[in-house]
Amino acid sequence: MSDLGAGAARVLVADDNKVNRLLLTRNLELMGHEVHSAENGRVALDLLRKQRFDVVLLDMEMPEVDGFAVLAEMKEDLALRDVPVIVTSSLEGIDHVVRCIELGAEDYLHKPVNPVLLKARIGASLEKKRLRDQQKELLRRFATPEVAKDLEQSGFALGGRRLRATVMFCDIRDFTPLAEAQPPEETIELLNNYYALMFDAINGCGGIVTLMIGDGLMAVFGAPITLPDHEQRAVRAAQEMVELVGLFNRERAAAGKRPIQVGIGMASGEMIAGYAGTKARATYTCIGDTVNLAARIEAHTKIAGRAILIDRATHEALHAGIATESLGAVAFKGFSEAAEVFAVGDRD
Amino acid sequence: MPSPVIDAEAFAALRDTTGSEFVRELVDTFLTEAPSMLEDLRVSLADGDAERFRRAAHSLKSNGNTFGALALGTLARDLELAGVSDVKSRGTQALAPIEAEYLRVAAALAVLRDE
Repeated sequence: MSDLGAGAARVLVADDNKVNRLLLTRNLELMGHEVHSAENGRVALDLLRKQRFDVVLLDMEMPEVDGFAVLAEMKEDLALRDVPVIVTSSLEGIDHVVRCIELGAEDYLHKPVNPVLLKARIGASLEKKRLRDQQKELLRRFATPEVAKDLEQSGFALGGRRLRATVMFCDIRDFTPLAEAQPPEETIELLNNYYALMFDAINGCGGIVTLMIGDGLMAVFGAPITLPDHEQRAVRAAQEMVELVGLFNRERAAAGKRPIQVGIGMASGEMIAGYAGTKARATYTCIGDTVNLAARIEAHTKIAGRAILIDRATHEALHAGIATESLGAVAFKGFSEAAEVFAVGDRD
Repeated sequence: MPSPVIDAEAFAALRDTTGSEFVRELVDTFLTEAPSMLEDLRVSLADGDAERFRRAAHSLKSNGNTFGALALGTLARDLELAGVSDVKSRGTQALAPIEAEYLRVAAALAVLRDE
């Protein structure tokens, strides 16, 4: 919608009747929208697959491919299922309306279409689409394309499920004194660069970042999409993160800036993962003892003086070839039993 | 009191919201397209083609109502709901009322378009 005025949209009018097509187009153009039209369902689907539309006004009664078939095909097509469809029809009987709504139509306008109602329905549909697009954009920003796609398909249901995954916590060591010693703009720039690198490594290994607070982040591997080798992927991501920070420090050194160091802690096991919050604002999160343990282990990196620490469950699932070293059992706050912790070495 | 061929209020509303020039174009389009819809009715009635018959009646209903041709809309709606076999049972003059009404509508629209 960027090239159009505020509130203006690209609208597709699909109607086999020329009078209807002209009239709808005229009404929509008077509202400031950009209108394209199709004289049957086949042409409409072709246009929808070639160009981006914000809303479709669909007649049901069309030769060749009718409105019902268009609705059904749009529902099956991931790229089209979220384009709002307003059915404009003069079909007799409430059962037709019900069928349209069941097939995913957003709204129903009886013909002849009242211009005032048309304006209101178009406005409502565009607003709904805007919210959906925003939601998708947020998802894209915080999840890998695969996860985003999976969530788009399965929908946003609040509530969790029990699953096995690896949780990672990471933060910049001694960040507060570092931030206090430099102008705020530099701190924000540092954080942006740091997050960009960490996201690359995490997403690249199939993880998603579920939380960012200050210089700290939480990521999960194995949820919402099950990954059989989530421990391996998480550890590989951690190694990449440390490597990337090393490269980043070289750039910083060249600019006369102090290097940064990160601490990464991970734990694997059962947890509850899902959307928590309200319908209006929800975040994907994981909770459970495994998550708490990962957070404690991350805090322990500072004491142990190691960049990457993992719990026993993660360690046991690792392939040979990843250098690890047991640091013995550590008593963590909130855990009745001491947990064995392993340090992960650099990649060969 | 016989109802007018074209409902003045509906036609005025159409002209007010879309403009005189556009309405002229829309009327001309209808007068060009409608004869083939009536032809579709005749042919599909003769062939017993239910789908084509229903679609033609449906289009006439929809367009009639757009211009405020309410009697034409009602006649077309009756054909749409009745279906081809029922209309066929009405005899050879089954389409005479709608054909006559269309001629009245066409004459009225030809005047209204230039007002």
